[in-house]
Amino acid sequence: MRDSDAYLTLLVQFALISLIAVGGANTVVPEIHRQVVEVRHWISDRQFSELFAIAQAAPGPNVVFVTLIGHYVAGIPGALLATFAMCAPSCTIAYVVAKVFDRFKDARWRNIIQAGLVPVTIGLIAASALILARAADRDGLSFSLTAGSFALAYWTKVSPLVPLGLAAALGLAGLL
Amino acid sequence: MTTPENPSTPRPVPTISELFWAFTKIALFGFGGVLVWARRVIVQEKKWLSAEEFNAVLALCQVLPGPNVVNFSVMYGSRCAGIRGALAALFGLLLFPVVLMIVAGTLYARYGHLPQLQGMLAGLAAAAAGLLIATALEMAKATTRAGLKVGHVVAAATFVAAGIFRLPLLAVMAVAVPISIAAAWWETR
Repeated sequence: MRDSDAYLTLLVQFALISLIAVGGANTVVPEIHRQVVEVRHWISDRQFSELFAIAQAAPGPNVVFVTLIGHYVAGIPGALLATFAMCAPSCTIAYVVAKVFDRFKDARWRNIIQAGLVPVTIGLIAASALILARAADRDGLSFSLTAGSFALAYWTKVSPLVPLGLAAALGLAGLL
Repeated sequence: MTTPENPSTPRPVPTISELFWAFTKIALFGFGGVLVWARRVIVQEKKWLSAEEFNAVLALCQVLPGPNVVNFSVMYGSRCAGIRGALAALFGLLLFPVVLMIVAGTLYARYGHLPQLQGMLAGLAAAAAGLLIATALEMAKATTRAGLKVGHVVAAATFVAAGIFRLPLLAVMAVAVPISIAAAWWETR
């Protein structure tokens, strides 16, 4: 898949995804999954969840998940293209709209739009979580890890590094 | 930190290189999401923005498409030093993580088949999914406080459409966003 077709497809697909990523990179995980796993068969379901796990475990914004996908599909040019495509359209919008929107900070229509977008964002993040959990939870132990990291993150103030580190250690020890 | 601050106090405006290194720090400390560190560095350590100003900029980022903290870096950077500030903050946030991902991707392609690494990634994937479930529920909790009742129905319907039926995101949003905004308008009349 290391040809100009792959570069172009990466560029166009991630530029489009960038424009619909309201609420952040995690909301478009289902769409990225649909494109690269179900439509183009570039990556298997399992590889997708493994790449996502690498991106989550590493420091930095979650958007670098697309860097990994691009790298897997088309090497270093693919990594840079996918990152550029994912950031350039939305950053341009952010730059322009910031200047305009600052003038309407207290406008009612702005707050209504914002309040309306939040539930959609939540539904999409939950959908991402389901898709990733389905791919990752292959047995009782991996299911318990998902449940346990959820419980720690939701009910305690423990750093996300703790469940990630424990799960990595269990897997490294050959228990998964 | 406990002293109430006068909102009209003039705040230091970072230079281009200060922006770059602040966002580099935010990126490299931000395991499992950079938002926590964006707030910590910009509001608490550097005091470049008050907590309220930070929230206002971030809220604007959430209305717009694109990764939130990436948008934040562009908006805050441009406010400080125009387009050069925006680029400095953006590159600070992305440069090292992108290099790190290229290294990680190379290692994955070479050693991804090793059973130990497979096991480790299986563990990470399972834990990462759990963290994402927690994030979704925490956000839903914040919506409950905001008093949006139709919001829960919209969130649940979006979840079913995208997560269970795996419908294309654009189609889901084309239906869900107008309904949700109309509902928000109705509830806040």
